[in-house]
Amino acid sequence: MTVQPRSSAPTIILTNIETVPGKTITQHIGLVQGSSVRAKHIGRDIAAGLKNIVGGELKGYTELLQEAREEATSRMVQEAQKRGANAIVNVRFATSSLTQGAAELFAYGTAVRVE
Amino acid sequence: MDELIIFAVLLGVGYFFGSRTEKQHFRQLQQREQAIQGLMLSTAGAKVALPKAHQAQLFTGSVVISSDFFKTFIAGVLNFFGGRIKVYESLLERGRREAILRMEESALAWGADQVVNIRIQTAELSGNNGRGVVALEVIAYGTGVR
Repeated sequence: MTVQPRSSAPTIILTNIETVPGKTITQHIGLVQGSSVRAKHIGRDIAAGLKNIVGGELKGYTELLQEAREEATSRMVQEAQKRGANAIVNVRFATSSLTQGAAELFAYGTAVRVE
Repeated sequence: MDELIIFAVLLGVGYFFGSRTEKQHFRQLQQREQAIQGLMLSTAGAKVALPKAHQAQLFTGSVVISSDFFKTFIAGVLNFFGGRIKVYESLLERGRREAILRMEESALAWGADQVVNIRIQTAELSGNNGRGVVALEVIAYGTGVR
């Protein structure tokens, strides 16, 4: 259940602290962000509606949001790589539900070069 | 009359299965929390030096948890009178503990000594009209270091 950098981006380091331990920041590149808006499909909605009677975890939604967050993160990573960064520090996540059926997952951070 | 019967059945089913899943979940949470006691957790970390750390990585854990029919009904009634809504307190506690555990477990699998700068967030997924599915998403994320 981890947001791993995609295989195309094995070198980029993500942290949500202000530094990268064991390395020093040599260049500050700037804010990078990525977002993804997902809608739940009707099958999952019906299953969730039924599950809402007995309660508990809605696995379908957990997976859906997990995928969406990974996509948002990988978009952020792509932007950082395009600008020549090899690490992103101070990563933050945000979720907002737009309507009944859709949610936006948003990831942002500061792209830096470390050595 | 039929509607009333359906409502009563749903309420009963919600109460029976809901409290059963909740008890199971709490028991399971306790076991899993005992298994990972060695990991140090901290919400500080952004401005504190970490001399021993050599590598760092971001870990997230998330869960979407839903209320049951009984809880939703009780909360609706209590909403009228105000005050504490205990049925939702336990729901949120379950969600939060589950999300933190998932983060910790993935950090431990990577070999982390501690997880710093943990942030926890809750988002409501059901929209704001109060109808339909009552679902909450809890995310926990932090930087694992080793």
